[in-house]
Amino acid sequence: MTEPLLVVDNLKVYYYTLTGIVKAVDGVSFSVPGSELAAVVGESGSGKTTLGYSILGLIPPPGRRVSGRILIDNVDITSLHGEALRRARGELVSMVFQNPFTTLDPVRRVGDQVVEVMTEHGVPKDEAWRRAEEIFTKLGLPPRLLKAYPHQLSGGQRQRVAIAAAVALNPKLVVADEPTTALDVIVQEQIMELLDSLRRQGMTIMLITHDIALAATWATKVIVMYAGTLVEYGSVEEVVGEPLHPYTRGLINATPSVDRKDRPKSIPGLPPDLRRPPPGCRFHPRCPYAMDKCRKEPPTLIEASPGHYVSCHLYTEGRR
Amino acid sequence: MALEAGRLVSRAVARFTSLFGQKRGRYMFIAGLAIVFTVVFMAVAAPLLTPYDPTMPSGPSLAPPSLAHPMGTNRLGQDMWARIVYGARIAVFVVFTATTLSMLVGVPLGLLSAYHGGVVDRVLSMIVDAIYAFPSLILAIALAVALGPSPVNAAIAIAVVYVPTFFRMVRGEALRIKRMEFIEVAKAAGLPESRIMLRHILPNLIYTVLVVYSLAAVDAVLTEAALSFLGLSVQPGTPDWGYDLYYGKDFVLSGYWWLIFFPGLMITLFALGFALIGEGLSEMFRKQV
Repeated sequence: MTEPLLVVDNLKVYYYTLTGIVKAVDGVSFSVPGSELAAVVGESGSGKTTLGYSILGLIPPPGRRVSGRILIDNVDITSLHGEALRRARGELVSMVFQNPFTTLDPVRRVGDQVVEVMTEHGVPKDEAWRRAEEIFTKLGLPPRLLKAYPHQLSGGQRQRVAIAAAVALNPKLVVADEPTTALDVIVQEQIMELLDSLRRQGMTIMLITHDIALAATWATKVIVMYAGTLVEYGSVEEVVGEPLHPYTRGLINATPSVDRKDRPKSIPGLPPDLRRPPPGCRFHPRCPYAMDKCRKEPPTLIEASPGHYVSCHLYTEGRR
Repeated sequence: MALEAGRLVSRAVARFTSLFGQKRGRYMFIAGLAIVFTVVFMAVAAPLLTPYDPTMPSGPSLAPPSLAHPMGTNRLGQDMWARIVYGARIAVFVVFTATTLSMLVGVPLGLLSAYHGGVVDRVLSMIVDAIYAFPSLILAIALAVALGPSPVNAAIAIAVVYVPTFFRMVRGEALRIKRMEFIEVAKAAGLPESRIMLRHILPNLIYTVLVVYSLAAVDAVLTEAALSFLGLSVQPGTPDWGYDLYYGKDFVLSGYWWLIFFPGLMITLFALGFALIGEGLSEMFRKQV
């Protein structure tokens, strides 16, 4: 197996709010090899977006990384500060956001916005423009659109521009936070194809999504998060094909599908308040298989089969 | 007081122009621009618009409006039209100097305060709020007294008074823009803070600054007139609308209405011009955004 490109090691990110400490990410560890499209799947409030922001060192206040390390291509991004951190953003890791209607500066030409990412990282202006044209062509945008303002572009085009800016410096890792949620299904398909082609060219993509169907179609690895913890991690075939954790199964059963006749079954109950997460396994109040142990002891992440990790007491003693 | 007056004027303007319906923003803007340009033109081309020297007698004392003196003459026999035209120079100078100065101080401070937050923000906000807590006209009078009467000092006094308006509007707007996603994107792309502030936040503030500039100018017109009315701006005898208003007020009861009617009209028109520009702009931007 190749050297992992992204290593997240016991990451804890808490938000210190006036009404209590929100444990948005609470002890998450995993590693992703290079050239993978790893999907982080979970409900709203599962901590998946916070995880994404943490990878860029962009945790919004009052949030703070309490512990843990994040290595990208063997660089510990949590140890970087100031200028070094600024440089790492864009060159080592970059981000594509959810809503392309708000992620581009409305008063500046899109070309300027792509070019400035490069010039602010030391690329000479002429070369930056030449490269911007190249990237636009590569991402299926006519280079004349470099002169356009965001409001002159469609949603799909804007998201392509956002991706162009994100990949301008050829970073090792691109975190894409719900990049297709604001777009219609056809455009969604095109954007995912684009991300997939970037992956095939060697970039690693971390896709944050609530849509397990999207993950099943495009991801190579799937990370399932619940209430700030990682509950299952493995290749897409394993996690979607043979889900182990009851929550993953619940998610899959809750996904509507065009050719499925029965109604999707939702998971009963609501995700817990992360200021006061339930003791033991955080999923136990909603889990159909909850045992005594689940209420008392938090499960540890175990390797159920090679490369397939799950955090559930059902599997800790080797029983299925 | 001047601020309230300005607000009343702009509200009246907004109500009046609602008659234009859909395109009223643009009509207001164009009308305001026309008024302001006319006044600026009067100031620049004053010698071409009147044959008389505004400080020298050019006819009989207190002559009513006639062909030779379209706005009449004052007690010293000075032509009122000449005084109005030359008076525009002081008004234009003081209003633009004061408002521009105010903008040049208020906008960077507001931006800095919003972007940095923390102690910088708290200290700046505290100082600015202290200024803002004063009634603006009283503060302008106090400053003008302290600095000594002259148009430059009047401009400085007015500038100080309207720094808080720019500061607060820019700070509030910058805070809003700072929370917008494209700023997060810029950070994620590793752009330095100075660039985010100057190339992403500032350009997005231009609409706000333009609107605040015109509305502050409305108040500046009125405050300038008030200061010279009180003898805190120009030397006595200098053509100035506020001063002429002061000088003419004693003759009104005797029926010499033209001594205050025309200076008063000009002050109102000039203020109205800026109010129309400001309201028109904000209407147009609201529609666009």
